[in-house]
Amino acid sequence: MKQFAYARPADREEAVAMVSGSPGARYLAGGTNLVDLMRLGVAGPDLLVDVSALLPSGVQEQPDRGLLIGAGTPNSDLAADERIRRDHPVLSQALLAGASGQLRNMATVGGNLLQRTRCVYFTDVTKPCNKREAGSGCPARTGAHRDLAVLGASEACIATHPSDMAVALAALDARVHVSGSDGDRVLALDDFYRLPGEDPSRDTTLKHGDLVTAVEIPLASALTRRSAYRKARDRASYAFALGSVAVALEVSGTTVRDVRIAFGSLAHRPWRARTAEDALRGAPATADAFSAAVEVELGAAAPLPDNAFKVPLARNLAVSVLSALLEEAPR
Amino acid sequence: MTPVTSSAVSVHVNGDAYRLELDHRTSLLDALREHLALTGTKKGCDHGQCGACTVLLGGRRVYSCLVLCVAVGDREVVTVEGLADGADLHPVQEAFVQRDAFQCGYCTPGQICSAVGMLREAEAGWPSAVTSADTGTSRLDEAEVRERMAGNLCRCGAYANIVPAILDAAGHGGADR
Repeated sequence: MKQFAYARPADREEAVAMVSGSPGARYLAGGTNLVDLMRLGVAGPDLLVDVSALLPSGVQEQPDRGLLIGAGTPNSDLAADERIRRDHPVLSQALLAGASGQLRNMATVGGNLLQRTRCVYFTDVTKPCNKREAGSGCPARTGAHRDLAVLGASEACIATHPSDMAVALAALDARVHVSGSDGDRVLALDDFYRLPGEDPSRDTTLKHGDLVTAVEIPLASALTRRSAYRKARDRASYAFALGSVAVALEVSGTTVRDVRIAFGSLAHRPWRARTAEDALRGAPATADAFSAAVEVELGAAAPLPDNAFKVPLARNLAVSVLSALLEEAPR
Repeated sequence: MTPVTSSAVSVHVNGDAYRLELDHRTSLLDALREHLALTGTKKGCDHGQCGACTVLLGGRRVYSCLVLCVAVGDREVVTVEGLADGADLHPVQEAFVQRDAFQCGYCTPGQICSAVGMLREAEAGWPSAVTSADTGTSRLDEAEVRERMAGNLCRCGAYANIVPAILDAAGHGGADR
């Protein structure tokens, strides 16, 4: 690990100024991903600005605007929050599907959003990787890519985003609150994450020095209360996803009134399946209709030899969770 | 100007206060083992994957290998050395002995610290991935213990005795200490 200076600023403004003014500075919160990447030599900041004591922590109810989740909220607290469990179960389930009890106690909501890919080439500094070192190449296309992207990838990068939580937040239309050197702003999750294109070095649209301060989720509804997360992985617990899905379903009689579908581990970002959602709104609420709509969404997939299984896996996950939610739906 | 890459750090471990001069790179795990001679906490993977380094930080179980000691602040650290009350073992320690819940013993301090934290989490009603959403129950059974302890690996495969040990401790006030 490279040596680094350490600072604990008094407030958010000072923290943002410190990191914005120093290209080699990084924020430190839970540290579960960053400290490991530093030990691996993937990250080598010369200054760590510790924001763990100054980030807001906890879930706040905002009248008429939903819940505001402080970026410093530990993952375990958010998963256990009664309002999240009751009104947005997909989010609690996604958090509990991720990592381990110890990591969920350490990891923050902001850090979870900003964790880096677990692509083995990214984390191995002896190998080329366009995300870690621009222009060095991507061995994954012809190498170990079983867990990598099938949607929205580029020649330069087929990394997947590893977060479970972010997939649920995508389905819930979450918005991310950011403080930067130019002031505060709020980004839809769609505008927060990006596809790799020719510049896979960046996972998000954030600028250096931007600090995630909170995540906002809109008011609960009949849709969000009937929501669920399911994750397929190599072990029963404590493993990253091969594919996952966050789903919410509201039916009216035998018809889909509203639906949300977001996939995890298929792309460089949580993949909100808007094509499938549009096809399903007003359609019959049947497993056949779910399957047909998801097939259209996944028609855009461009899998490689060892990850082609992810396409039917994702379809089956979505159809089975939608069908399970349909079973519970009041008629 | 040469950047300052070490600091004087105060840490509170098992009820005692220490002041150390530490390179910022020093993990809490290395501070415990190499600077405080508290070698009960073990280094397994050093990447937050095996659980051998689990300690309680501010009352919660964490991986000490991923905590920078300089960032601990005033949070109390409890290691496996701090669980017993003199010769009176913690209920989780006692249950591990009674159930022979180890083979080589290397993962055991992490398993025990993790179980202590986990029992408190369950007592507080925290759900797990196998908790039924309908009942929201946090009553521990084998499936709950296995899921909640997934962050602690045992290469000897002593799980068959670790799980009953933790269930025994859950019934004997393991969450209260």
